[in-house]
Amino acid sequence: MATETLTAVATAPGTSPRRRRGGVRGNENLAGWLFVAPVIVILGLFLLLPILMALWVSLIDWNGQGSPFTGDVPFVGAHNYTQLFTEDGLARRDFMTSIRNNIYYVAIVVPAQTVLALGLALVVNNRMLKGKSFFRSAFYFPSVTSSVAISVVFLFLFANSGAVNALLGFFGIDGPEWFADSRGVLHLLLGAVGVDSPPAALTDGGPFGLTWWDWLAGPSVAMISIITLVVWTTSGTFMLMFLAGLQNVPVTLDEASTLDGASAWQRFRHVTLPMIRPTTFLVLTLGMIGSWQVFDQVYVMSQGDPAKTTLTPAYLSYRTAFRDFDYGSGAAISFVLFLIIIVLTLIQRRALAERDTDRPRRGWRRRRVPERS
Amino acid sequence: MAVSTDRPAAAPARGDQRAARTLATRFLGYATLVFFGLVFLYPFVIQIASSFKTEPDAAANPLSPFPDPLSLAGFERIFAGTNFPLWLGNSLLVTVLVTLGRVFFDSLAGYALARLRFAGRGGLFAAVIAVMAVPGVVLLIPKFLVLNQLGIYNSYAGLVVPLLADAAGVFIMKQFFESIPVSVEEAARIDGASIFRTFWSVVLPMAKPALITLTILSFQGSWNEFPHSLVSVQDPDLFTLPRGLADLVSGSLGSGTQYPLKLGAALLATIPVAIIFVVFQRYFVRDANDGADKG
Repeated sequence: MATETLTAVATAPGTSPRRRRGGVRGNENLAGWLFVAPVIVILGLFLLLPILMALWVSLIDWNGQGSPFTGDVPFVGAHNYTQLFTEDGLARRDFMTSIRNNIYYVAIVVPAQTVLALGLALVVNNRMLKGKSFFRSAFYFPSVTSSVAISVVFLFLFANSGAVNALLGFFGIDGPEWFADSRGVLHLLLGAVGVDSPPAALTDGGPFGLTWWDWLAGPSVAMISIITLVVWTTSGTFMLMFLAGLQNVPVTLDEASTLDGASAWQRFRHVTLPMIRPTTFLVLTLGMIGSWQVFDQVYVMSQGDPAKTTLTPAYLSYRTAFRDFDYGSGAAISFVLFLIIIVLTLIQRRALAERDTDRPRRGWRRRRVPERS
Repeated sequence: MAVSTDRPAAAPARGDQRAARTLATRFLGYATLVFFGLVFLYPFVIQIASSFKTEPDAAANPLSPFPDPLSLAGFERIFAGTNFPLWLGNSLLVTVLVTLGRVFFDSLAGYALARLRFAGRGGLFAAVIAVMAVPGVVLLIPKFLVLNQLGIYNSYAGLVVPLLADAAGVFIMKQFFESIPVSVEEAARIDGASIFRTFWSVVLPMAKPALITLTILSFQGSWNEFPHSLVSVQDPDLFTLPRGLADLVSGSLGSGTQYPLKLGAALLATIPVAIIFVVFQRYFVRDANDGADKG
């Protein structure tokens, strides 16, 4: 860890005088462990131990009765995992449906929130505008509110007689019954160009127990409302990251390119965008990591309905364990999800580490946001 | 967006043209700001207005920012017809305990990782970084298992203890402690102060900005915490606000959609964080940028 070596160097001068007094070093050893003990106990007990316990539970067939750690519960090995991938049945169909839903969710949420966040950051960063700090706060505010409370608000906005449909009504559009509409958006688009019934080639079969036609449904209308909510709440956070990135773009560079006659678009495309590439990468990966974890909104707004089109792996694992009392299967789903997220995180950290070796680290100071007017 | 982007077609001189372009850019900038300001704030306006509406009014005029007639029925029913006061009490208790715990334990650990030289420190810090990557939602079943096994499922202890420390907080404190000069505490140590004494009366007072940041993040995090309360308690008497609110929405409330009541309850749950946000905004901003550098 780069930080680690830096600290060692920074504290090295303090080493010699202390060592002379003998025993201080041993004292520090004890104190160090005492200081970190509460955190180790809590994180160990409620984070690491649970993961190991869940790993065990994902290998047995436990229905929630009694303790899962006695010999009474049947050990099923990898069965909870294989039924998600290789055995045709309800478990696999539900799991693959949730994966499909989440893929479409990620495919829309990540680009949408990134573009929106960057756009907002560019406007708020504009030197010619006044009152920017008010708008910056306004854009960021949804990010700090309770996901449950905001979901309640959006339930009302997307209700049949809600604000969104009223707004669509102004433009003469008859809004859908958002939370009852399980039709996939891609199917709807195909329907609009005249493809009403699926071609037989797509309904005959497909990978992992879902037909090709099902895989290609797109997000359902109900899912679109959740996507809207999430883009709306997360863009503010990512806007702040982009703002921090934009602060690093030297004003002189921008001015120089203006004098050279570059248009606003050319400046954005060839000066700003390359300069903030690390931030863009960060926002994209954080977005992907975050969008595989969508849970609260699904729980409050749709519970996976209609027709399982808002089911996500996170919610499915919860439902399998706590509603259907199939803890083994639920834990297995969690671990598959865990794997997806860890892989994304590792990709991100590797890329960030490469970036950091190019740049000197300056600790807390660098983290601070410069005061903006 | 119905904003005209047309620039004046023929400006007599170059200077005029540039001024006109600046004006157009500025106009476009403000139009964008206002448009998105509405997109981001108007839902809250609707929420506030609708919680003061009657049920038919809320359904008939969902976009209107003015309740007509003004009705407090929703709020009356929140306090008379639901367990809202209980949830509020539970949320306050949990939030205060969790915040105190996190600020104390995270700064202790952060200080040790930043300053004290003890065997295994490097490994521990690596572990903290690794733990930050563990996504909360995959821990739902595991947490339930461990709480069950420890016998604190469905209790205040189950609600509070697992949240008393968090890796991100340790990381923030460690980064901050590394940024303050080591000389002051060395002087205290040479004067014979114990390690804890030095930490408590010399270092912590210097760490005020980081402590405020951590307090606010912990407050906001535990006030809004939902999944943990979902798997740690079952008894309605132990529900926190988000849990109660989720129950209110998904459960049956009798007849009608009861939107004024639901929106009012959600509004009341949002107010504390909103106040903190307005007062301590710059600390929230700092958090988002810590996130940017966390990797």
